[in-house]
Parts: sequence; C-alpha cells; structure tokens
Amino acid sequence: MAISNFETTIGLEVHIELKTNSKAMSPSPVEYGAAPNQNTNVIDWGYPGVLPQANRGAIEAGMMAALALHADITPDLHWDRKNYFYPDNPKAYQITQQFEPIAKDGWLEIEVDGQKKRVGITEMHVEEDAGKNTHGTNGYSYVDLNRQGTPLIEIVGAPDLTSPDEAYAYLEALKETIQFTGISDVKMEEGSMRVDANISIRPIGSKQYGTKVELKNLNSFNYVRKGLLFEEQRQAKAYLAGETLKQQTRRYDETTGETILMRVKETADDYRYFPEPDLAPIHIDQPWINTVAQKLPEDAKTRRQRYVEELGLDTYDAEVLTQTLAMANFFDATVAEGANPKRASNYLMGDVNAFLNANHQDLEDTKLIPKHLADMIKLIDEDVISTKMAKQVFKAITDGQEPVQYVEDHNLKQLSDPAILLPMIEEVLDNNEQSVQDFLGGKERATKALIGPIMKATRGNANPNVVNDLLHQALEARR
Amino acid sequence: MATDKITPEEVEHVASLAKLALTEADKEAFTRQLDKIFGLVDTLDEVDTTNVKPTYTVTDLTTALRDDVAVPANETQKLLANAPETQENLIKVPAILNAEEEN
Amino acid sequence: MNFLKTNLSELHEQLVSGKISATELTQATLDNIAVRDPELEAFITVAKDQALAQAEQVDVKGVAADQKLAGIPYGAKDNLVTKGLETTAASHILEGFKPIYDAAVVEKLQTAGAVNVGKLNLDEFAMGSTTETSYYKTTKNAWDHTKIPGGSSGGSAAAVAAGEVPFALGSDTGGSIRQPAAFNGIVGLKPTYGRVSRWGLIAFASSLDQIGPLTRTVKDNALVLNAIAGYDERDQTSAKREVPDFTASLTGDIKGLKIAVPTEYFGDGVDERVATTVREGIKQLEALGAQVEEVSLPHTKYGVAAYYILGSSEASSNLQRFDGIRYGFRADNVQSLEDLYVQTRTQGFGAEVKRRIMLGTYSLSAGSYDAYFKKAAQVRTLINEEFQRVFAQYDLIVGPTTPNVAYNFGENQDDPQVAYMNDVLTIPVNLAGLPGLSINAGFVDGLPVGMQLIGNRFEEATLYRVADALEQATRLFEKIPGGVK
Ligand SMILES: [Mg+2]
Ligand SMILES: [Zn+2]
Repeated sequence: MAISNFETTIGLEVHIELKTNSKAMSPSPVEYGAAPNQNTNVIDWGYPGVLPQANRGAIEAGMMAALALHADITPDLHWDRKNYFYPDNPKAYQITQQFEPIAKDGWLEIEVDGQKKRVGITEMHVEEDAGKNTHGTNGYSYVDLNRQGTPLIEIVGAPDLTSPDEAYAYLEALKETIQFTGISDVKMEEGSMRVDANISIRPIGSKQYGTKVELKNLNSFNYVRKGLLFEEQRQAKAYLAGETLKQQTRRYDETTGETILMRVKETADDYRYFPEPDLAPIHIDQPWINTVAQKLPEDAKTRRQRYVEELGLDTYDAEVLTQTLAMANFFDATVAEGANPKRASNYLMGDVNAFLNANHQDLEDTKLIPKHLADMIKLIDEDVISTKMAKQVFKAITDGQEPVQYVEDHNLKQLSDPAILLPMIEEVLDNNEQSVQDFLGGKERATKALIGPIMKATRGNANPNVVNDLLHQALEARR
Repeated sequence: MATDKITPEEVEHVASLAKLALTEADKEAFTRQLDKIFGLVDTLDEVDTTNVKPTYTVTDLTTALRDDVAVPANETQKLLANAPETQENLIKVPAILNAEEEN
Repeated sequence: MNFLKTNLSELHEQLVSGKISATELTQATLDNIAVRDPELEAFITVAKDQALAQAEQVDVKGVAADQKLAGIPYGAKDNLVTKGLETTAASHILEGFKPIYDAAVVEKLQTAGAVNVGKLNLDEFAMGSTTETSYYKTTKNAWDHTKIPGGSSGGSAAAVAAGEVPFALGSDTGGSIRQPAAFNGIVGLKPTYGRVSRWGLIAFASSLDQIGPLTRTVKDNALVLNAIAGYDERDQTSAKREVPDFTASLTGDIKGLKIAVPTEYFGDGVDERVATTVREGIKQLEALGAQVEEVSLPHTKYGVAAYYILGSSEASSNLQRFDGIRYGFRADNVQSLEDLYVQTRTQGFGAEVKRRIMLGTYSLSAGSYDAYFKKAAQVRTLINEEFQRVFAQYDLIVGPTTPNVAYNFGENQDDPQVAYMNDVLTIPVNLAGLPGLSINAGFVDGLPVGMQLIGNRFEEATLYRVADALEQATRLFEKIPGGVK
C-alpha cells in the first residue's frame, strides 16, 4: 500500500557502549562475555554505603563523540539520577546527564540515492548501562550485573529523518563515525550499539506532528528499516480507517516482520530526575577539549580521501579499507612501516580478509602485526622472495612469526646471484640449441621454452626477473 | 498549617512510585501529615529566589574523576552470599514480565 | 574501669607504659556494656570476639607513643558498614545484613589500632531526632532514663555519656551528632562537608551527611577527627585538603577572636532557660577575651523546610536500593516481582522512613520539582550566602544546639512538623556544609544544655580551640550522669 498522502517523521535514539577499561561509576572491568557477575563489586551491586566513582575515561569518550559529531560540549555539567525500580538496576536509579548533557546541537551527514543531507543531533549524554536479565520458563528471572555500570553514550537524533532508508543511512554513518573515534566497537550483535526509533506520520501539509510510536527491540539496521516500513504502513492504514493513534511502545518481531504493541503510554513516566549528590560537578575547559581532540583518530572520510589522493589507491580499495577502524589502522601502520601502499592494500583486502573470514576472527585478535606484513611486502618488492613464496611467508606471519627470520630459516630466498645462475643458464642453452637458434632468428617467444628448464634447474627458487635478464645477456652473447 | 493541598489520590500515586503499600489508615495519616509538612514548606514562598542559583551540593571539588583503570574485585561469591536467592551465580527474582530495556 | 574519669590521652599513656593492655581495656569496655546496656540499650550489636581478637593483635605489636588511638575501644553508629559484622541502620530491612567491606572511617580507625566493640543504635536510617524510630531498641538518655537520648546518633551519645565506651562515631545530616551530644552533655562534632569520607556510611541525604566523633572532651574529639579525616578517592565529594593536627589548636587562647551570636538562635520556640544557660557560656568566652557581637541570620527559619525537601528527596532515592533482591530482608510468599518490591519495602521500613520517602518522592515527582526541590535548593543558596557574609567578619557563630533539653519518650509522635522544628538550629549548618560542634554549657532540670559552635568551612580547629577554652573554664565534663551504675 502506498503512503503517498503522508509524510514520515523519524527520530532515532542510539545507545552506544563505551570501550573503557573500567565502568562508568566503579573500577570493575568492562569486558564482554565474562562469567555471570564476575566483573562486579559492591558499587555495581548498589550495596549500602557505597558511592559512585565517576570515570574520567567515560567523560573523555563522550567528548570524543561530541567532537566527531560536531556538537557543542557543555562547559559545566553535573550528573543526575533517573529513578526507577528494576532488577537489573541495583540502586533503583541510573546515573545519567538529564539536565546538562555533555553535548548538544551536533550533526551527521548522510547520503541516500546520491542526495546528501545533514541530520541534527539534539543532544548526547553519558550514562550507566543496566545489568542483564534472562527469563526462565519456571516463573523466575535471573540477573547478571556484569553489564551494570558499563558507560554508555546516548545520542538523541533530531526528528529530521523522513524515510526508513534515511534512518538506515543515518545508522550506517553514525556507526562509522563513532567507530572511527575508537570509543566503541559499535556492534549491534554484541549489544554495544542499540537503537530505539520514534516514528510518526502526518498528512502532507499538516503542521502538527502525528502521534509518535516508539519502536524497541531492533537488533540490526535492517530490522530498523523493516520495522519503520511496517509502521509507516500500519499508521497510514489506521489514519485512513479513522482510528485515533495512541502514544505507544511497540517491538519489532523478527519472525513475522511486524511490530507488536508492548504498552500504551497513558501518562508520561515519572523518573523523578534530580542532580546526583554523590558526585562533584564537572568543568570542561578548552585546554581539556584540545587534549582530547588531539587523541581523536582521523575519521573515515578523511582517510579515504588521503588513501586516494596521497597513496594512489582507487576509491573502491579506500572504501574497503575503511570499513572498520581496525583495518584502516592496520593499513596505516603497515604503510608507516615502509610497505608499498598498493601492495599493502591488496594484501589486506585479499589474503588478510580471507584469513579473517576463514578463522572467524577480528583483526585485532590475530597474531598478525603491521610490521610483519610490511616486512613481507618489502621482501617481495626487493625481490628477495617471490609472490609465490610469499604465500608460505604469509601463513607464518599470521602465526606471529618474523618474516625476515622465517625466510632465512626456511631458505626461501630467491636465487638472484649471476655467478650461480649464469653457469646454470649456459648449461640449459647448451642443451637447447634449437631454441637458441630460434631466438637468434628473431623469435622472442623462444625464451619461454628456455625459462622452464632454468627454473626447474634452480628448483623454482630463481628470481624470474633476474633469470630473464641473464638469459637475454647469455643469448645475445651467442649471437 | 493544613493546606488541603495533598489529596489521598496523590498519596496513593506517590506510594506506588515508591513501591509502598498503604492501608486506609496509612493513607489517611500520610495525607494529613504530608499536608502539614507541605504547609510548613510553603513558607519558602516568602523567600524571593528570583535569579538565585540552586545549590545541590556543597562539595569542595570540581571534576573529581577517577582514572580509567580496571580493578577486578574478585568477590562474586561473597556478593552472591548476601542475596536472598541465587542460581548458578545469577540473582534469582520472580519473573520479570513485559521486559523492556530501560536505558 | 571507669571511662568517665579518664580521657583518651590518659588511656593512651597507660597503654604505652604497659599499665594496661589493649585486651584488658577492651574487656573492661565489654564489661561496662554488659552492666549498663541492658538498661541503656545503646548497642544493637556487640562485637565481643572480633574486638578481643583485634585488641590481642594490638597487644602483640605494642602501642607506640605516636599511635594515639591504638588499643582504644570505640563504638560505631550502626549506619557505618563493618565487614562481617551485622549492620542494620536500625532498620528491619537490613536485619541480618553482613557487609563485605568496611566504611572508610572504620578502616582508618582500624589502621590506627582502635578497637571496634560494636554497633550503636540510631533512628532508622538516621531519620529522627530521638532514636525512637529504631526497629530494635529504645536507647535512654544517659542522664535520665525516662528521657530520649536525642538522635539520630542517640546510641553513640548515650554510650559515651554513660561511660560504656571511650568514644563513638556518629553521623549528622541535620543535627544528628550535635543534638544527641547536647542532650547527653558530651562533645559532638559534625565536620565540614567533605572533611571525612562518606564511603561506607549508609546514605540518608548524600549532600548533607557527614560522619563525626562523639567524645567526653574536646581534645578527645580532636584526636578522633585526626584519625578519620582526609581525602578518599572512593568519595568524590571528599575534600582534597591538608588535614591539620587538630589537637595543636587547643592553646586555651581565644583573645581577640570574633564571635557572632545570631538573634534568631534565641528567638521563638527556644526555651528561656536553655537560652540563659547558653548566654552564660557566651559570657565566659567573653571573659576569656573573645569579642562577642549580635548578628542576624534571617533565613534561619527557612532552613527546616528546605532541609526536609532536599533531605527527603535524596533519601527517597538513596533508599530505593532496599528492594529485597540483592541483600537484606526479603518478604515471604510474594506473588510477583511487583509484590516482592512492595511487600519487602512495606514490611521492611518503619513509619518515619516511609513518611520521608513519601515526602521526597512527592517533592521530586513530575510537577513538583520546580516548586519544591528547586525552590528548596535556591533557599539553600541564600542560607549559604548569609553564613558567608557573617564569616567575612567573624571567626565563629555561637548559639544553642537545640531549643530544648531532652524530652520524654513519645512526645511529638504524630506531629512530625513540630518534631522537625526541633532541628531548626542545627539544620542550616548541614545545608551550608559548615563544621558544627556541640559542647555542654550547663544544666536545666538536671539535663545537659548544648552550646553550638559553627565555623567557616574547614575551620574545625577554631571550633576546637574555643570549645577547649570553655571546657577548661567550666570543667563540666567532670560531672557524671546520675543514672550511671
Ligand atoms: Mg532515553
Ligand atoms: Zn539512555
């Protein structure tokens, strides 16, 4: 069904887990996948008498996100409490930034069908994550507080998005931007990026926004798009049927592709926000912002541009290399170690990616380091090893071995010494008089028949370029 | 200084926010007492606070932040030992219905 | 052994010289408690075995001359968490709760070698000024067992005044150290906000709470503050300030010191005899060379209302963690999660705590925030500014600690508004985060009258200097409560 008589308004609220060493308000480690309640302490459990210990790292990560999203950092801020009872919320309040968010008024550029558009970021605030509940079938639920207190940044987007495709593009752009600050892995599958969507429709030309619906349980960008598409249709149908839409929360059901009502919001929730009295206020001055800005990695767009303009890569390669921060950083480091950029790019896009896929590994979890890749590439460029030999060396460097040493130990060097090669070539020429005569008679192709036996005589270790040069010299000498 | 400002319905609403059950007698007493207290509180209206910055804390410090260093407590078992009900290192509670992520 | 005739310095000398061992001193303290506490009911928990074990450790190491508190027994208010030792905050909801960590002050005293002999009674979660709201006990006033001991640190004050322990720790959110100290004729100090780490103090109102010592003499008090004060990274509101040796200020010389006496502190509702007794004390200070002038603190009367909004609001949030899920009491036979929350909290909290939770929840709820919470916070600013104007010209402020002396049990029970007004003189000090000290200034009907000294931020030394001078002049600490066996 078309919804051509309506226009859509979408605003996204995105929670991103910050990859700090310790939690937002306690020194417990932040670590995905630990045993239940392993990374918890008395603070995370909300024990009587404990106090929050705010983490500088979480604030600085928030500042980085703010800088990357062109938002204004709040110079004087304080923490606030959001009060609600829930088993995964041990203090029964979340420490957040309600009254003075760390930053306001940012923007993000998206592109849909070749059209560029700036989407506003209303505000962003640093806050604590809750623990995790699992639900049994026996009438009980179970609480793991490992995630409790993990720092989050909530990024509240302006209702500037007008289609599910724009929402999708916004999320892609946001993920890339945040990932390239290095403050988060931004992985939806691990819950380090979570999306809630607000959507309403209104008849074209209407000044007033329609009643908004909040969509939750959106576990991938694709589900966000599908959920929003479904909502556009559902709300349009309801409108046309003359129904009054109610403000409600719905969740997306992945199996049916439909959204399902969770609850109708009759009255606004009453979270009784107030300033957190257990923590001192925070002042962020320009020198601090400058220090943080200096630590901010180069963003994806700038990198792509640099790869094309300065390193001579083509646009496609630059795109692939900047799909993850880890890959882009690895590439930059490999080039910095002296590798030829084009060859480094080819290796990363080819052999390295194949290796990661085959082993289901992330680049940062392998034993491969930029120096080793760069050294291997140099061995190729300096004709020490052939690209064929490099296959074996590559295996070794993914296992953490040092390439120069490996080549030495395994006798993998190409044979390039004329003193050794020339007598071998002369012998082959002596045994292939016909081919020699063919060459001297003007058939350049005749060398092909000679190179085979030469390579065979060197057991494949000869440097083909050197062999080629020496062969021509030897042939000319017989003219 | 009764003000009749506080209604039994409000008292009931507040009790539900605070997760407290009230008997009829409680409700009556709290309504009366809170009304009196807010009568006292209303004397604050005599104070002109135009353009007065609120004071939420009197701490000496600004930007008192902890360096981002992880310190594992390794006290999971001790923590769990105080919980009324646990199972396999998880805290056990009656079923959470209508689970909704809240952050 | 009678602590009523010895001070901490004398006990220390006996420990250093070997005249008495820490174990003997601890055993004597436990004996005192065994004899007196069945009637006084100051202790919720007596840590006999733990205390004796700790004393033995001190004896093994010996007490050095610079370890002023080593081997000296003390009691801690039961809202200070103690590792492995039941900590209840005098609430049913924490019955049987054994913390797995120590409060910073308990840790510090342990490092200093002081011996914790147990946990002292208080108003439930420190909410009250009579110690009657305790779920466990009814502590008596050390001077008259028919009177309230004051509160909320009623157990701490009565135990010290009755000679059960050489010193005790309390907490003060709106007068909870100073008022019971006044009612029991001892010295109680609420330090400057941030002077002492709150890590391990079960929070009532985070922006107002401070831990402080209750002692029989001023010097004792200074010795204890020396041991517990200082920055703690676990309390990000604690002050990064040098902690002076507070005993160094006890020179006896207060000549030229400028003392402000607020008219409002002797106004309506203040018992005439209390006022007269305090004025007598002020005259003594004048005789010792202090300059005394009357000042006005017109916003004083708004302190109570601002305090009840701010304190109860913070409390309503702080007490939400008591939900029966992770520790403490959980209601039986619950039907659902909601039922678990509601039944646990309804059965676990007493009436006064519920009242404050209701008051605070109301003040913060949608539509009330600006009218109540924010308004109170603005009035707090004005009260602070008023104090600062006085401290620009004066070294300290002096007045009564309380409008009355200790009263009967059961008074003001159903009239919280009247009960709350009893704290009118102590509350502004918490709102402004100032140090306040109460010292005995005399007696009315055989009951002690407290004089309150209020200093500028981090000026505890000045309070000690003046209080010590007064104490040396009056020697009131030599008077012993009649009820003591
Ligand atoms: Mg939100
Ligand atoms: Zn959030």
